[in-house]
Amino acid sequence: MPRVRFHHVTKVYRRQSRQFFWRFLVETLGGRRADPIYALRDVCFEVGAGQALAVIGRNGAGKSTLLSLVAGLTTPESGSVEVDGRVLALLELGSGFHPDLTGAENLRVNAALCGLTRRETEERFDEIVEFAELADFIHEPLRTYSQGMILRLAFSVAIHADADILLLDEMIAVGDADFQRKSFRRIREMKQQGRTLLCVSHVPEILKELCEEAIWLDSGRIVLRGPAEEVIDAYVTGAPLLEGSP
Amino acid sequence: MRLRNTGFLLACLVTRDFKIRYRNMSLGVFWSLLNPLVLMLVLTFVFTKIFPPPGVENFHVVVLSGLIVFSFFSLAWQSGTMSIYGNATLIKRVPMPRELLPVATVLANGLHFLIQIGLLLALALWAGYRVNPFWLLLPAIFGLEVIFVCGLALITSALDVYFRDIRYVVESSTTVLFWLVPIFYSFAMIPPDYRELYQFNPVAAVVLACRAIILESRMPPATLLWKLPLVSLCFLAGGYLLFRRLKRNFADYL
Repeated sequence: MPRVRFHHVTKVYRRQSRQFFWRFLVETLGGRRADPIYALRDVCFEVGAGQALAVIGRNGAGKSTLLSLVAGLTTPESGSVEVDGRVLALLELGSGFHPDLTGAENLRVNAALCGLTRRETEERFDEIVEFAELADFIHEPLRTYSQGMILRLAFSVAIHADADILLLDEMIAVGDADFQRKSFRRIREMKQQGRTLLCVSHVPEILKELCEEAIWLDSGRIVLRGPAEEVIDAYVTGAPLLEGSP
Repeated sequence: MRLRNTGFLLACLVTRDFKIRYRNMSLGVFWSLLNPLVLMLVLTFVFTKIFPPPGVENFHVVVLSGLIVFSFFSLAWQSGTMSIYGNATLIKRVPMPRELLPVATVLANGLHFLIQIGLLLALALWAGYRVNPFWLLLPAIFGLEVIFVCGLALITSALDVYFRDIRYVVESSTTVLFWLVPIFYSFAMIPPDYRELYQFNPVAAVVLACRAIILESRMPPATLLWKLPLVSLCFLAGGYLLFRRLKRNFADYL
């Protein structure tokens, strides 16, 4: 039973050069639709429990759109996206953070956004603070934190929210070397517990270490799919694309 | 989507909004009291010394009752309208029930409203009005105003994503309504031809009901008591349905 299943998924964005209202008038009266931009075209894949899938490709290839679809933040034009379980998107860590609130206050808001209940949040509070290495500063306002401290706090909250499917977007490399090692160990543990990972990154070593499978996206299409090692090497060395490959 | 922690999430969002409004201000939450008090004094000065109204006792309490009901309406509606656009990063990055954002913003304003209601009741008692059994109706009447504004905010916050002009429409509407809600004049001063129109305005209805209870110790008119819940609940239901239709594409348009 796959945790995430994409079945011929196509996602289209329309140019938004004109203001919505005028575009709407032109389209309904003039019967002309704005040129579509294909973010994803006919994408099919499956990821099961305890598996990790790497998504690679150039900027604008459709990687972030793919993760947004898994998170349910946007809907596909055609095809189906099936997701079984609770999704946690580490797309942008600390999206709900506010500089004037203390670390502890931000921690609670973010835990709630990550899907934790009040009781779970209080139970894990100390553990989250300890993992983030912020015990001395947790009651200080967030604006006094360094960028690294903010990311550590957000990351720590996210990995303590038990989601079934984790989306990691360029966010694996957070904090100093020690913190990175610790985070890595934690993510691998979560994988062993049967969580599913979808990773987007431009750092090949990280992807190879975490994921066993990979898909390479180019202009919204999957150009290569297979074992992570092979696909990533092909992408990094810039192997010529075969026309009409899957 | 995720019902198991919706309550906790809503509580977190409300306290976040409430706390950041006056965080780092030396006077903190006292600003919630100072703003209406200053306006009350100015309006009382203008309308008792410059344009004296025909025989109104305790004009300052009359003005304050209108002011706090109106200022909650206007602030909550305006900030509720901006709540989706203002939290664009959350909408684009975090899977959460989006309805909670405008509702949380309105409820956070509701906490300030609560403080101001306390101020109004204190000033009313000080001016010699007595506690009466109709006070028990006050929570319901103020609660219905909160529900009404939640409905409005759901509608305008969703539309604001697609038409950014909405926020200015809301801003102009509240400016116009300041004059069309009986804040510094009483219902009795309105020429009979126009009274019907006022009956359809829920904010005016809340002002009239709360004046009837606090200043006149009487039951608000019966028509008002069924129109207000009807209009408020219709707005909430309509707002929720419209929001649900429009929220699908929020992430693509922000």
